[in-house]
Amino acid sequence: MKLKGSEIIMESLLREGVDVMFGYPGGAILPTYDAMSQYEDRLHHVLVRHEQGASHMADGYARATGKVGVCIATSGPGATNLVTGLATAMMDSSAVVAITGQVPIPAIGSDAFQETDVTGVTLPITKHNYLVTDVRDLAYTIKEAFHIARSGRPGPVLVDVPKDVQIAETEFIYPEGDIVLPGYDPPSSAQDAEIDAALRLIQEAERPIILAGHGIMMSGAMHELRELSERAQIPVSLTLLGKGAMPEDHPLVIGMMGMHGEACSNLAIQEADLLLALGMRFDDRVTGNLKTYALNARKIHIDIDRSEINKNVKADVGIAGDLRTVLTQLLPKLKRKSHPDWIGRIRDWQEDSSERDILNYETPGILLTAQVINDIWKLTGGDAITVTDVGQHQMLEAQYYPHQRPSTLLTSGGLGTMGFGFPAAIGAKFGKPDEEVWAVVGDGGFQMTLCEMATAVQENTNVNIAIINNNFLGMVRQWQELFFEKRYQATPMVNPDFCKLADAYGIPNRCVTRRDEVEEAVQFARGIDGPTLIEFVVEKEEMVYPMVPAGADLHDMKRRPKPGEA
Amino acid sequence: MAEAKIDSKVTVVALVENEPGVLNRIASLFRRRAFNIDSLTVGRTHRPHISRMTIRVDAGPEYARKIATNLQKLINVIDVRIIDNEPHVERDLALIKVRNDDADSRNTITEICDRYPARIVDVGPKVAIIEMVGTEDIIEEFIEQVRPIGIVEMIRTGVVSMGRGTRIHDTNFINRRALIEAAAKARSGNGRVV
Repeated sequence: MKLKGSEIIMESLLREGVDVMFGYPGGAILPTYDAMSQYEDRLHHVLVRHEQGASHMADGYARATGKVGVCIATSGPGATNLVTGLATAMMDSSAVVAITGQVPIPAIGSDAFQETDVTGVTLPITKHNYLVTDVRDLAYTIKEAFHIARSGRPGPVLVDVPKDVQIAETEFIYPEGDIVLPGYDPPSSAQDAEIDAALRLIQEAERPIILAGHGIMMSGAMHELRELSERAQIPVSLTLLGKGAMPEDHPLVIGMMGMHGEACSNLAIQEADLLLALGMRFDDRVTGNLKTYALNARKIHIDIDRSEINKNVKADVGIAGDLRTVLTQLLPKLKRKSHPDWIGRIRDWQEDSSERDILNYETPGILLTAQVINDIWKLTGGDAITVTDVGQHQMLEAQYYPHQRPSTLLTSGGLGTMGFGFPAAIGAKFGKPDEEVWAVVGDGGFQMTLCEMATAVQENTNVNIAIINNNFLGMVRQWQELFFEKRYQATPMVNPDFCKLADAYGIPNRCVTRRDEVEEAVQFARGIDGPTLIEFVVEKEEMVYPMVPAGADLHDMKRRPKPGEA
Repeated sequence: MAEAKIDSKVTVVALVENEPGVLNRIASLFRRRAFNIDSLTVGRTHRPHISRMTIRVDAGPEYARKIATNLQKLINVIDVRIIDNEPHVERDLALIKVRNDDADSRNTITEICDRYPARIVDVGPKVAIIEMVGTEDIIEEFIEQVRPIGIVEMIRTGVVSMGRGTRIHDTNFINRRALIEAAAKARSGNGRVV
């Protein structure tokens, strides 16, 4: 049977297991929207209020589920509005497929109305992209797009479909079986020699540490990680996106690493004699000054992306492979070990950190972000999916909301995209309708994508929005305080009344200014089936500690003074 | 120092799908990752869907490996190899237009061209074009020889490279739509055809 290009898109999406897509219509994608009406019962379309929201929602959906998130936009401005979301997904290896309309083929290159060279624009921020110029190529292109997006190191793939290709008809053939791409073969297992070399380093190490990243979860290697850590008694430090790779209440998990990581993690990295870097990429926010980074340590680096190995940090043993496969090869040969002195040393550092914990401070009369987030953690049983925006609240979430399960902290780590949190939370809720979802956002970032409140209302998406409002761009303010002599240029914010705003959208809301109001407000939000908003008015000039200044040595942390020392 | 410089040069050879935008992807990658390259040539192969790229990098093998692993990540790049120490043939072609307006210069040109694999392909009253084919270093040497005569225009193709003997760098890839249509035909309508 012959189908139109637009119908082929729908049929192909169904065959890839898509049940929801986030998008916004427009001229060049209209034929596809027209075809949607026949598929409404199987393919739900969520109408966003800005295409950036669509790309973040698809990203949030993908991160929460491990499936591919789909967003749709029209040509020109519709497609360019996706750009921030695609770049975000690219940096954090999130499997997103974007389908964009394009002006008809004869008009391409003529500066037609709403024409943009979208494959050109998105070339460096997608894993791959396509301009489909023949309807006969459409079905297999979409199949390839999904395959590329979800396999290997996942990432966003964009398929640009000119309007006339959406209208043209052809026989619909969906390619069966596995896609074979000649130039695309993600590595899977390690060679025996590599495994032996890694084992040798592990056996010889006296002060080993595992650096667990996002790759653990994408590979599904949580069990293997735990097995490795427990059997060889190796402490585990997590990257921001690695949170959830191993339950954070596990005694061997020593918290996040990096710029705002736990001091014990950073100190342990600097003193370690072996780094086992698993599914992480030595981002500058993780390493600090590379010249002084982990100088005492040999490095084993396992990552599915070969180009990550030796990119920033030279590996003594570099293995390009799928983590779960490689760890499964490694574990049977791994001997039991223990490092009581090393772990004791880390415990001392942890002791010191807990003395400096802000939660131990007497802070009468003011509400602190750390308290709010820690209270949300307690009240949600530590089991919610939290989706953050970017800035101080994000780092404090990472510090004060320990995650037990994989893929329950969704955050823009690599790109640091303000405006990500709220739409990504909506996407996550679509992916995990039975889970409690909280968008923890700052007053700055929330205002970048708050138009999606209308989307949440239209879809009655049960997302709880926690606005951490300090009337400042807090993290930038922190840098200005520390490095620009408190010249608060363009960081104080005059904000709208967020509760009135929520009222205008018909979203139940609360404003919290005192610690003793937090619990009631959180329970109020949890009790409502639909979007809710709580504004937490917090201390204006909070600091996030520890902090490794950008480019400084990882051990050179600014610490919060102990009570009494301040 | 010239010798040390030549030693550090590495060649990366890539087989790529002959599709629109592939060169753009590669150029974009080099720009984005700030890879410095010496020369890049692209040409067709005996397979209609495959082009072959030779990239000269003025850096050590480690840098070349970085370029190679990143190139390999591009979906349209089928296979990448680094030709470093293995025996290979490499050729660069230069067209050099030189001053040719007195007996002295004409004599010098003829004399130099006799000593190199170069030939004069165009002669006029004022200028002549010399075609010179060879390895990169011999072309560079040749250019220095003719430079005193007065070079007025010059172009080089960049290096192309091929492993010697049975070091074969090829792929049997054919184009994708053909693959899928062939598969569909083989199923003769019994497959999932709506």
